[in-house]
Amino acid sequence: MAGVFIDVEVAESVAGDAELAAKLTEVCPVDIFAVADGRLQIVEENLDECVLCELCINAAPEGTVLVKKLYSGESLPA
Amino acid sequence: MRFFEFEAREVIKRAGIPVTEYGFTTDPAEARTIAERIGGPTVIKSQVLTGGRMKAGGVKFADTPEEAESHARDILALEIGGHMPRGVLVDPKAEVEQEYYAGVVWDGTRKQPVMIFSPVGGIDIEQVAEEQPEAVGRRHFSNILPFSEFQAKEVIASTGVTGSALNKLVPILTRLARLFVENDMVLAEINPLGRLADGSFVALDAHMDIENEARGRNAKLLKDLGVGDEETRQAREATEFELAGEAVDGMSHRGVAGNVTEFDGNLGLVIGAGGGSLTLFDAVRAHGGKPANYCEIGGNPDVAKTAGLAKLVLQKPGVDKIAVMMSIVSNTRVDIVARGVIKACLDLGFDPAEKIAIFRIPGAWEEEGFKILEHYGVEYADRSVSLNEAARRAVEKIQGVAA
Repeated sequence: MAGVFIDVEVAESVAGDAELAAKLTEVCPVDIFAVADGRLQIVEENLDECVLCELCINAAPEGTVLVKKLYSGESLPA
Repeated sequence: MRFFEFEAREVIKRAGIPVTEYGFTTDPAEARTIAERIGGPTVIKSQVLTGGRMKAGGVKFADTPEEAESHARDILALEIGGHMPRGVLVDPKAEVEQEYYAGVVWDGTRKQPVMIFSPVGGIDIEQVAEEQPEAVGRRHFSNILPFSEFQAKEVIASTGVTGSALNKLVPILTRLARLFVENDMVLAEINPLGRLADGSFVALDAHMDIENEARGRNAKLLKDLGVGDEETRQAREATEFELAGEAVDGMSHRGVAGNVTEFDGNLGLVIGAGGGSLTLFDAVRAHGGKPANYCEIGGNPDVAKTAGLAKLVLQKPGVDKIAVMMSIVSNTRVDIVARGVIKACLDLGFDPAEKIAIFRIPGAWEEEGFKILEHYGVEYADRSVSLNEAARRAVEKIQGVAA
């Protein structure tokens, strides 16, 4: 389930990669990511806290993390 | 921050101003012991931070220690103006020949202390000033330069007091002025200051109020008096709404979204701007609006905290709309605040376009914020619209609802 304002999509190749999952968890300043059973989880209640810093996008291979602004239809990376 | 009478008496005593051989206690049996030590008629006084003690039955006279104990028991159980007493003060019933008034108060307009003296004490000084203005002497003085006894002498003499009384009063007023400055007070008042049969003077009651922001500078005094850090001593207890605001602010470490003060209007305010929040509050009132609250938001609170504050205000009985206004923000993000207040509306089942009278927060990330507001149809204003004009628009909208 998406937040009211923000949704985040992560490619399966990243979600299943324990090392990348740990990295995303570490870089996000508002705890949108967590790791459970070695897999990346999205913490839905924190989605609307996203500050659009793009640290998750920069931490993962290009095109594998998408931050969607539900209020404007725009996405990051642009 | 106001002091109880027993604390104010201690401050006065430490400054070398004569006081009676009073005692403070929270125990009726100890009140009896104090009365026995005093050895004569006593006065039992409730220690509450509110006026009207005498009328409410919070001051009683006792001829015997047994009576002192009985009165103390009654007074300790007596609520006055919504306040339970901190304890009772057991005071000798002094045989006073004349009651005087001595006080120092901070004049916020002149930014200086003003000393006030009158040979007519025991009643409100405002009443004396109105009925016998010639009996009130006053003088401003510097809170930086040393206070001279001559300054006190001038004030006392201006009321016609001469001779031995004048000579005995000068050191009392001088010490009062000095303790006022040394302890960062906004009020130091002895009323009445009694002249006894032998010509000596004694402080019979005292009121003191210390500047809240100076608590840190006076930590030792407060510790000596047993005043806890948690004691705010506001004029009234916090309301449930205000306590809920504190809880919202404590939700996370990020930013400020709380410090609400409850009023009874219909326009909820989610405002911040340093001192600008006061300006906004005044602007709403100046345009005929009735604020439901005052609050402070800033320092970039997160969405959940902002939503928590907005929900609290929206759910306050009588609130029809909220106005979200700040001056130009730098460290607070416009889009985060926009998300917070809109989320609050949605969570409560309200249409943000209907419930938010105006959103006027320009500054950091405003373009992103305005996109959110546009998406939900919320009226917003950028920095070309003044705070005053934003307040006017909010009031206009809410008056439309009321009409």
